[in-house]
Amino acid sequence: MTMSPEIEKLIAEHNMARDEYAVLLRVLGREPTEAEFGVIAAMWSEHCSYKSTRVWLKTLPTTGPQVIMGPGENAGVIDIGDGQAAVFKMESHNHPSYIEPYQGAATGVGGILRDVFTMGARPIANLNALRFGEVSHPKTRSLVSGVVAGIGGYGNCVGVPTVGGETNFHASYNGNNLVNAMTVGLADAKRIFTSAAAGIGNAVVYVGSKTGRDGIKGATMASGEFNANAESQRPTVQVGDPFTEKLLIEACLELMGTEAVVAIQDMGAAGLTSSAVEMASKGGLGIELDLDKVPLREDAMSAYEIMLSESQERMLFVLKPGHEKEAEDIFKKWELDYSVIGKLTDTGRIVCLRHGKTEVDIKVDPLVESSPVYNRPYEATPVQPVLNAADYPIPAGETPLSVLKTLIATPDLCSRRWIWEQYDCHVGTNTAQSSGGDAAVVRVEGTNKGLAMCVDCSPRYCAADPVMGGKQAVAETYRNISAVGAKPLAITDNMNFGNPEKPRIMGQFVGACEGMKEACIALDYPIVSGNCSLYNETNGQPILPAPAIGGVGLMQDISKMMTVAFKAEGESVLVIGETKGHIGQSLYLREIFGKEEGAPPPVNLTAERRHGKFVRQLIDDRAITACHDVADGGLMIALAEMALAGDMGCKIDAPATDAGFWFGEDQARYVVTTRDPDALIAKAEAAGVPFMLLGLTGGDKVVLAAETVDLAWLRDLHESFLPDYMEG
Amino acid sequence: MKAAVVVFPGSNCDRDAMRALTLATGQKPHMAWHGDAAMPDVDLIVLPGGFSYGDYHRTGAMAAPSPVMREVIARANKGTRVIGICNGFQILCESGLLPGVLLRNESLKFVCRPVRLKVENNQTDFTVSYDKGQTVTIPVAHGEGNYFAEPDTIKKLEGEGRVAFRYIDNPNGSMNDIAGIMNDKGNVLGMMPHPERVAEPLHGCTDGIKVFQSLLKAIG
Repeated sequence: MTMSPEIEKLIAEHNMARDEYAVLLRVLGREPTEAEFGVIAAMWSEHCSYKSTRVWLKTLPTTGPQVIMGPGENAGVIDIGDGQAAVFKMESHNHPSYIEPYQGAATGVGGILRDVFTMGARPIANLNALRFGEVSHPKTRSLVSGVVAGIGGYGNCVGVPTVGGETNFHASYNGNNLVNAMTVGLADAKRIFTSAAAGIGNAVVYVGSKTGRDGIKGATMASGEFNANAESQRPTVQVGDPFTEKLLIEACLELMGTEAVVAIQDMGAAGLTSSAVEMASKGGLGIELDLDKVPLREDAMSAYEIMLSESQERMLFVLKPGHEKEAEDIFKKWELDYSVIGKLTDTGRIVCLRHGKTEVDIKVDPLVESSPVYNRPYEATPVQPVLNAADYPIPAGETPLSVLKTLIATPDLCSRRWIWEQYDCHVGTNTAQSSGGDAAVVRVEGTNKGLAMCVDCSPRYCAADPVMGGKQAVAETYRNISAVGAKPLAITDNMNFGNPEKPRIMGQFVGACEGMKEACIALDYPIVSGNCSLYNETNGQPILPAPAIGGVGLMQDISKMMTVAFKAEGESVLVIGETKGHIGQSLYLREIFGKEEGAPPPVNLTAERRHGKFVRQLIDDRAITACHDVADGGLMIALAEMALAGDMGCKIDAPATDAGFWFGEDQARYVVTTRDPDALIAKAEAAGVPFMLLGLTGGDKVVLAAETVDLAWLRDLHESFLPDYMEG
Repeated sequence: MKAAVVVFPGSNCDRDAMRALTLATGQKPHMAWHGDAAMPDVDLIVLPGGFSYGDYHRTGAMAAPSPVMREVIARANKGTRVIGICNGFQILCESGLLPGVLLRNESLKFVCRPVRLKVENNQTDFTVSYDKGQTVTIPVAHGEGNYFAEPDTIKKLEGEGRVAFRYIDNPNGSMNDIAGIMNDKGNVLGMMPHPERVAEPLHGCTDGIKVFQSLLKAIG
């Protein structure tokens, strides 16, 4: 195929495959205009089309009695009783946040908020999952600083509390950090809004910020690898204005409270292009846009630029006839730009005019149907050996408590207070529990119900065994939600992987999906929304795969909510679940022996389900006083975290002294405290749940055999790492 | 006690103030839109927290000259009680109802955490339900809460007992650890901590509700 130099240039600029261009020509029946090329390239980009992942995403479980709406719309919707629904999703803003950390992270928050309120839900909580390079890397400090400030800057201003999240550091993220943002919203289950356009002749209304030249080609940028010149892509990053977003939230929710709205779609990746195509395609209609009517920051913008701009805080509505004035009054009240920019047609075509000239004229269905789908070749990740904990004993001269002191001040186990104190976690005054516990809990306003939510993933497990890692990420959210006393209902996923064109990477993706699927089925815990971020590589070096899972659960009586903190002196401390001492891929192995090796801990989904149910019942019966999931760093870290949270020590007299017992990362475990250990033991025995008595709470020290460590000292180690590091 | 909560574009603690007032008084306050100069007769006006006008220009600077504030100033001058919380405090300073300014936090970072405060003066309409010298815990959440005023002003505030709340753990670098101050007549209070966020058992602490209970006691 011979192509003009102009077309050659467009293909290269848009990361389009040459055979995709051949399909484009066939669909269009002629050479595209520049604007048409831009529209089609954006729609077919990995970011918008999920072309490498769709075949696998389709295999994931997405249904259940609790699911009102699964993947396919802007966010997933689940039933939380009393005619109410929780609406949630997680989305990545990885590439932009590396190029421009503050704005990249801020607009990531803005984008996911819009996905949720577009559905008619008021956002009630934000969470995030952040992964940065190793702390010794020269860029890490400024990236952490910028990303955290950006998340706070946006979330704090819009008035949605940031209640939880997780942060890891690993060398594989040195050139490509991950910023995944999740929003949970609350809606009337009977008033969920979607993007499907309906009603030929109905007005298409634009509202929100003016369209500028920011973020053009953001979607295609996010669909390629980075090289050493990543920073040169800064102009592709959008700039956020949380003040406008706040006005947009209030205006949209007010309008959606009337009968005026047929359909609504936010302008996210690929901007006006994807929202217009989405509306037309889902509604089976055509759409005609007069781009001269789009509110612009700069008059001289071309059709291409208007269609591909990713300016933030913009929304597209289809209104019922006769309701235009009602909408106008609301937008004027909130001082937002708005404009009728087009109408729905029966042609099935997307037609865009600029200065009276037709710049885009494409039949929507063939465009969407011909969207490429790849069943990419994949290679399974080689099986890692199960390591023997006895080969990695606590080093000579060290003790379990001295190792604790080392681990609790490492980047992955230190306190994240420096991060979460920059987030407003109380606004809304419904927050019952925020960062620092197992899951955040936010009251469902006007009820005694609580929504529990958390984000989890252990990329090092996923790299060693993607199937087990995928399973573990789902199971860990299940555990964290159970640990606060809520019933886990459903999840959202944010699949962060490297270049899918490499079979090894594709194998990681396929494996993670397989593990997630298994866990979702076993735990009755479907996936209702998600997002993929691929090509997370720099100079050919992929990230540790990170299928981040955001879980949401429900508790009927928020007054029963459990926390990790030790509550009172003299209570018995027990571990629920079996401690075998799995050392492979543990943080102990990495931090003490410098090894990232072995198979990750196996996940027994039957045990997860049984132990989760058992713990929830204990909480519901008010039979325990504290509960903490055992995760990174194992049992010893869990105990220390509970002691620090409660500012109360404990005396542990468990029989074992080996590293596997204290620092192994066996799954399906919880540490609990109780005033009545005999009753708890009887219940555990009756339920067939393994347990072990560890000791008693009390004092201001952690005491193990003849050794002690002062809580004050431990707290200082735990709390000072991150602030000291950030101070440089 | 009849109360109004002013809603500016970008206010985000307006509903929270409404909830705390409703808890304390059993009565829902009037929500006053920033563009309306007219406001029903009320005994208390609340300027809530948030980011009025996106904090553009300076925090509180755009809200201060808005139509509703002309009315708030006129009412304050006639003796109506006014409480500004967080961004509301910043607006009170910008509008001249309270002296001084709120600078960026010394750390240059937004800070959200519970802080311990000392109730310096419990003989005010805003604090009468507290004990004198009582230590209370109320969270802050702000980027610009660092109170600054000329030495003469500080001296006057201190001398006249107009420092209502003082930080025990100063989170922002405020002069004299000032967390909340009143005007000379004692009917206007500005404070950076958010009493509406510790108003019911769900919040794990109820130290803040007493601000609203005090007003109820004072006003009736």
